[in-house]
Amino acid sequence: MTGLAVQNLWLIPALPLVAAAIGALTPRTGRSLAAGAAIAAMGVSFLLSCGALVTALAHPAAHAVSNFAWFDLGASAFRLGWLLDPLTAFMCVMVTFVGTLIFIFSLGYMHEDVNAKQFFCFLSLFASAMLGVVVANSLLLLFVSWELVGLASYLLIGFWFHKPEAAAAAKKAFITTRIGDLGLLLGMLWLYDSTGSLLFFDGGNGVLEANTLGALTAHTALGGFALSTVIGLLIFCGAVGKSGQFPLHVWLPDAMEGPTPVSALIHAATMVAAGVFLIARVYPLMSADQALAHTALHALTVVAFIGAITALMGALIAVAQNDIKRVLAFSTVSQLGYMMLAIGVGSWVAAIFHLLTHAFFKALLFLGAGSVIHAAHHEQDIRSLGGLSKKMKVTFATFAIGMMALAGVPFLFSGFWSKEGILHAAHEWDVSHLPLYAGLAAVVLTAFYMTRLVAETFFGKARSHASDHAHESPATMTLPLVILAICAIALGFLGTPAFPWLQAKLLGEAEVHGHSLLEGAGLMMLSIVLVALGLGAGWALYGRKLRQKSTSPDPLAAAFPGVIAFLAARMKFDELYAATVFKLNSAAATFADVLDRFVWDGVIRFLARLGEFAGIVNREADEDGLNAGFDAGSKSLRGTGNAYSRAQTGDAHGYLRVIAIGFVVLVLVVMMGGGR
Amino acid sequence: MNAVLIAIALVTLGAAAVAMTLRNLIHSALLLIASWAGVAAFYLWAGAEFVAFAEVLVYVGAVSMVVLFAVLLTRRSRDDLTVASDSARRAFSGFITGGAVCGVLFGAVIASPMGVMSSPTPTVTVRQIGTQLMGTHAASLLIVGVILTVALLGAIVIASADRKDNSEDTP
Amino acid sequence: MSPLQLCLLFSSALFCIGLIGALARSNTILVLLGIELMLNAANINFIAFWRFSPSPSPATGVLFVIFSIAVAAAEAAVGLALVIAVYRHQKNIRLQEAARLKG
Repeated sequence: MTGLAVQNLWLIPALPLVAAAIGALTPRTGRSLAAGAAIAAMGVSFLLSCGALVTALAHPAAHAVSNFAWFDLGASAFRLGWLLDPLTAFMCVMVTFVGTLIFIFSLGYMHEDVNAKQFFCFLSLFASAMLGVVVANSLLLLFVSWELVGLASYLLIGFWFHKPEAAAAAKKAFITTRIGDLGLLLGMLWLYDSTGSLLFFDGGNGVLEANTLGALTAHTALGGFALSTVIGLLIFCGAVGKSGQFPLHVWLPDAMEGPTPVSALIHAATMVAAGVFLIARVYPLMSADQALAHTALHALTVVAFIGAITALMGALIAVAQNDIKRVLAFSTVSQLGYMMLAIGVGSWVAAIFHLLTHAFFKALLFLGAGSVIHAAHHEQDIRSLGGLSKKMKVTFATFAIGMMALAGVPFLFSGFWSKEGILHAAHEWDVSHLPLYAGLAAVVLTAFYMTRLVAETFFGKARSHASDHAHESPATMTLPLVILAICAIALGFLGTPAFPWLQAKLLGEAEVHGHSLLEGAGLMMLSIVLVALGLGAGWALYGRKLRQKSTSPDPLAAAFPGVIAFLAARMKFDELYAATVFKLNSAAATFADVLDRFVWDGVIRFLARLGEFAGIVNREADEDGLNAGFDAGSKSLRGTGNAYSRAQTGDAHGYLRVIAIGFVVLVLVVMMGGGR
Repeated sequence: MNAVLIAIALVTLGAAAVAMTLRNLIHSALLLIASWAGVAAFYLWAGAEFVAFAEVLVYVGAVSMVVLFAVLLTRRSRDDLTVASDSARRAFSGFITGGAVCGVLFGAVIASPMGVMSSPTPTVTVRQIGTQLMGTHAASLLIVGVILTVALLGAIVIASADRKDNSEDTP
Repeated sequence: MSPLQLCLLFSSALFCIGLIGALARSNTILVLLGIELMLNAANINFIAFWRFSPSPSPATGVLFVIFSIAVAAAEAAVGLALVIAVYRHQKNIRLQEAARLKG
């Protein structure tokens, strides 16, 4: 296959955009056209991405760019551009590949929906925006695509807008991520102000290149921080919102109200990955302050701790959820925390490796969940499912593979290798070992709740009418599952410690240097033991003695009712925000209202009375002195007015016609020679 | 160069002409958006990028929305989007008058001696526009701002429902 | 034919389309839209003369159009508010029926 030059990289996001336009213009009955266009565009984009990967791998160390001026602004210009390096290429391949499979899956899943054509239009828009984020060589272009991703996710989460929960979830997702985006915007403006450029790479003048970074670290902003620290943290705010990190993670579980393919697309391949990708992309900026000794805080330290908190918190909450999609949603929060943790401890390569493997197995899990939900007539409560392993063999097998990849079952599954890389990096971090401990605790919890999920959903006997009558999904839905399951296993071998091909390519090394598997074997053994512990505990609690009725109590909840209830209520974050942020907001609104009503209104009323008083004085003088003379004059004027008022026909068309005809006559007079 | 201009002109004029004849107001408004986008393309062609962006923002973005809202707010029932056909007499007289104006304008343009002036393309940057707006034309800018504010307030007052109950506000 | 002449013909045609629309339609919204088209045609003239004829100050035509667009935006807002007020008053928006001010 021949490579794709960087100048043509724009084709990758442009094709889904064209498909979205086609989808928008077709009538509602043309759903097969819209779906066909969407899938075809993604497929071609996938081939182009493979071409781009070939190009990028030929020179892994080079950042091939293609910049152009967008907007002239006096002496300087806003410049945009495309960037092709292994990071971009791997992301493109992943997004287009997973995206294509999800599109195909949607064919089956959305079969009965009358608005399926709109759905494919939105999906294409979403994919296009995400690919725009990936190929952008300018923070500005990235930001534009970033916001388009937000818009498309709003449309998709709220796709079933007749459900009030879906509409509320869409709003929540949009507004919560906007809070983070505000930070990103501020960081972007500050960056432009201090460097005069927003291009990532620009032949030595880009913001991620050595001389600019040197200038940024040399300046101190407020509080003794280096400028790059402050800007990096502001940009990180955007990633916190988009990637569902603590404390802005609250939108992500609610986003489950959308159709399941959307959950797969948002929570696996694209939107949440965008934040991790952004931080990996600007990693040179984030890590620029590492060399400084005098600064109080390194940007990456914040990233690491936020990631660790998120990883542990997400895993804890997932233990107590009963909705199959919410368990997966919180597991996504937790896994994203792992990725941020990896970036924070200095190994963005491990983060991207985990991002790629996670994209595949999480898409697999979500699509598997979608297949279950589709078969069980939209029953999502795992307590009411059960006994599906015999009825849905393909779904069960693939779901189990995804579950083992997520839980980190050793050696065969991709999730094991990528998680191992992160834990290894956290082990080598010399600032603190707390993130490592959080990560290890989350390993146990992940294995535990995934075992619970599988045991409750697939084993035992059917505990509701819907799951009793479940049947295997059609081939358009199972085929993507099988392909994703194969990838969930195979992808791990691209980045094992013995042959870290992916890591080497991402770092721009031409040669691949393998380590012995025994290096760091102690940590690996520990995590294998922890995984086994989690699996064993899950099996002991939920697998050995299977649930009989959908109403029988949860064994864990019976043991620790208070803790589980707290976790089931998602650690009360929504209530906390309702009690603090919303209250504050409405207090401010009340204050503004009172100010308006009493203070300003009083001033205005006083001025009005003053004017009224002047008027009264005036009238007195008028009536006595001046009126008599005017009365006579106005009588004669009224006669003239009556004569003229005949011309006022009240017909606006007539007036316009007279103006037009008058204009014609005037021009004719001038042209005939009267104009001298 | 002329071919591009002619293409832009044909698209713009076609969209505008069809928009003025349709009976479905929503379709009319959508076609007018296309027409305004054509005008913006003309500005781009002529090298006035800033004006083109302003045209897109104001017309394609804002005015079109106001028009759509006006259409939706002034229909009698949910499905009432078409208007009754207009009287042939008015249409006829409109065509006569418009045609006369058209003829006069075309005649004037074609008859006027406009040799090919080989003046270079004027380049105007956003910075220049900004300096001019805040310098030479600062007064005009202020007045336009006041006009816009007053117009918006006036629009709200005109369109808002009559307040009959509130006697203390009306002297 | 010089480009300037083409531009002027283009704007004249757009102006006349707007004029005919405003004259021939009885729906007030369409009349307003016709007027908007006429305004756009005028703006095209400004840009055409700015582009193809020498002028002392390089930004004059552009500034004219910017102000014109601003005023047009105000006009559209007020015009459509008037449409809504008329609709509330007489329950339709046929322009020829809004003739209460005739003498």
